[in-house]
Amino acid sequence: MTLKAQSTHETENIVGKIDKILIDEALIESTANDSSPLISSAQPLQPLSYRHAFMLVLKRDLTIAMRHKDDMINPLLFFVIVVTLFPLGIGPEAQTLSRIAPGIIWVAALLATLLSLDRLFKSDHHDGSLEQMLLSPHPIFILVLAKIFAHWLITGLPLILIAPLLAVLLHLDENSYTALLLTLLLGTPVLSLLGAVGVALTVGIKKGGVLLSLLVLPLYIPVLIFATSAIDTAALGLPYSGQLAIIAALFFGSLTLAPFAVGAALKVSTN
Amino acid sequence: MWKWLHPYANPEVSYHFTNKLLPWLSVLSAIFLSIGLVWALLFAPADYQQGHSFRIFYIHVPAASLSMGIYFAMAVAAFSSLVWQLKLADASAAAMAPVGASFTAIALITGAAWGKPMWGTWWIWDARLTSELILLFLYLGVIALHNAFEDKNLAGKAAGILTLVGVINIPIIKYSVDWWNTLHQGSTVSKLGKPSMSLDMLWPFIFCFIGFSLLVGVIICLRFRNEILARNSIRPWVRELVKNNSSQ
Amino acid sequence: MNTLSKKNATPLISAKKLTCIREERLLFDELSLQINPGDIVQVEGPNGSGKTSLLRILSGLSQPYDGKIFYKEQLISRCREEFHQNLLYFGHLSGVKGEMTAEENLDFNLALHGYNTEDSLANLAKVNLSGFEDSLASHLSAGQHRRIALARLYQSTVPIWILDEPFTAIDKQGVASLEQLFTLHAQRGGCVILTTHQDLISIKPEQIKKITLDYSYDSALD
Repeated sequence: MTLKAQSTHETENIVGKIDKILIDEALIESTANDSSPLISSAQPLQPLSYRHAFMLVLKRDLTIAMRHKDDMINPLLFFVIVVTLFPLGIGPEAQTLSRIAPGIIWVAALLATLLSLDRLFKSDHHDGSLEQMLLSPHPIFILVLAKIFAHWLITGLPLILIAPLLAVLLHLDENSYTALLLTLLLGTPVLSLLGAVGVALTVGIKKGGVLLSLLVLPLYIPVLIFATSAIDTAALGLPYSGQLAIIAALFFGSLTLAPFAVGAALKVSTN
Repeated sequence: MWKWLHPYANPEVSYHFTNKLLPWLSVLSAIFLSIGLVWALLFAPADYQQGHSFRIFYIHVPAASLSMGIYFAMAVAAFSSLVWQLKLADASAAAMAPVGASFTAIALITGAAWGKPMWGTWWIWDARLTSELILLFLYLGVIALHNAFEDKNLAGKAAGILTLVGVINIPIIKYSVDWWNTLHQGSTVSKLGKPSMSLDMLWPFIFCFIGFSLLVGVIICLRFRNEILARNSIRPWVRELVKNNSSQ
Repeated sequence: MNTLSKKNATPLISAKKLTCIREERLLFDELSLQINPGDIVQVEGPNGSGKTSLLRILSGLSQPYDGKIFYKEQLISRCREEFHQNLLYFGHLSGVKGEMTAEENLDFNLALHGYNTEDSLANLAKVNLSGFEDSLASHLSAGQHRRIALARLYQSTVPIWILDEPFTAIDKQGVASLEQLFTLHAQRGGCVILTTHQDLISIKPEQIKKITLDYSYDSALD
């Protein structure tokens, strides 16, 4: 059996150059008799449950984050500092600040999430573990979902926990605290999910950072609009369940669709 | 040689097809545009409220609706590229993106120019203008992502995924912006509305609209041809073409 | 046709008319190949000739410009999960996280591919890493990272091994041990596809199939 292949350099005279590729055919006296048999059919050693794969990746990412705490702390510090800048830039009048507090907190949360997105796939892409995950027998969306959930636990949750403190600094209306927490609780996962699509698309690009914000921020607009409006409405003492319902719908929509887009994007990026 | 030609016949066929299509599109677009624009700008009656500044409508509205239309066309192309692995669909999406972005920019600029005499300010956070601005961001994102990849095939796929994510988001963004607008604006400004047009305003508008659509077709065809050539630069038929062109 | 391929009618991996273009350079064109159980295939060629691209395409990580890859005569895109359950790919990058210990890294790698992690300590010993189990990988050298990743081979029971430069940064003893492992793997009906710059020493040359990728530099640009 002789295999031939022709290869050509760049835009050269293609037909002219044909290199013969010989595959030395070896006579292999295979004595596949003893030794441990190979699995040849689809029989993994352990049951490949979705839950198992999800927990495995989640545990790994959380372990890494715990040992690399600045990934967790830096976005949080950024969030706090950005929020502190506004009173300095605008002036300390309580009335003005409480009027714009929801917008400030939410815009700062968007930016902090954006800043933290990089860690979602970048290091895995650099050291090759992303390839190994894509080649694992598990469905990609499960692994991706686990990574996004870990990312939210590491970056989204701390934002929610520290937000009331910042709300105090900005004189947020007292009626709005619950609304602020609820919108952050429903909204930050959406930011992580949509952001993951952007990171997955840009992870293979050397200077993807600025590009990432260009791709992702427009997609964040609906969350921003409904979240801030829910907080404003709460300040007036009116029901804001409508806005919350819409954010919840955005959450479930992105939860179902984003992992598939991320999977497809990762396949392109690791190509 | 023939062995080479066979599997890549598709791009070549479409190249020659667009070549044949181009002169027809160009002539038709020139006819429609010149009739439409002259009619609209010189002969159509001025609006009884807005006067002559109303005439910018004949450019603004076609540009705005085409900017949306091109994005949806891109999404269709991206979808067929991802699902059926059509490489040409990628090329067409790549050809469309900058055209769409330009028309979005035209819609924004004409919108602002129209706003100045109407509202006394260049920019107003009108729901449609805001949506159009966000659409421009989406376009720029797709173009930037496309340019960031060195490999054209990968660029096409990545931009395709982003386009599809964008097209799912466009209605949501549009809805949220409309909602935000009514919430914050009350009833101060009348929007760039759909005036009930009289027939002598409608006809020039139709001509303008068809003319601009054809113009978009012409530009996309030109860019599509270039994309095909760039993506197939190592194919013999492209080299043949270049040789023939340079010897002329 | 050799006796083996007659015996096993279905090849493990086969490729039909693969064409690969990178940065507007044609690396290989209409390359077809067929890899049977028991094959040790060495992909040869100068730097930039597309060895890594070929391995990545065969493993399904990259898409070829044109052409198809089959796992047991099924398109790999049609049987992704089954194919991945039977594939071990080892790339340029070791996939080792600096924040985790050697053992945690190996455990994750094994668990991700569905193995139990009971023997991971023994496997680390096999790649000469006993004593380093609990060291953070960031404190280990590049060669040790690769050995952590290679430790998976000793437990692997999947038939298809695709290994890109497995000997890089591995000492002589390690290389010999790996070669032994490859022979064993081929004997039990698996196949090994690898690239390497050094010759395989302990494997008999007649056991090795070679694929030579060699594009020609043509200076006559028009």
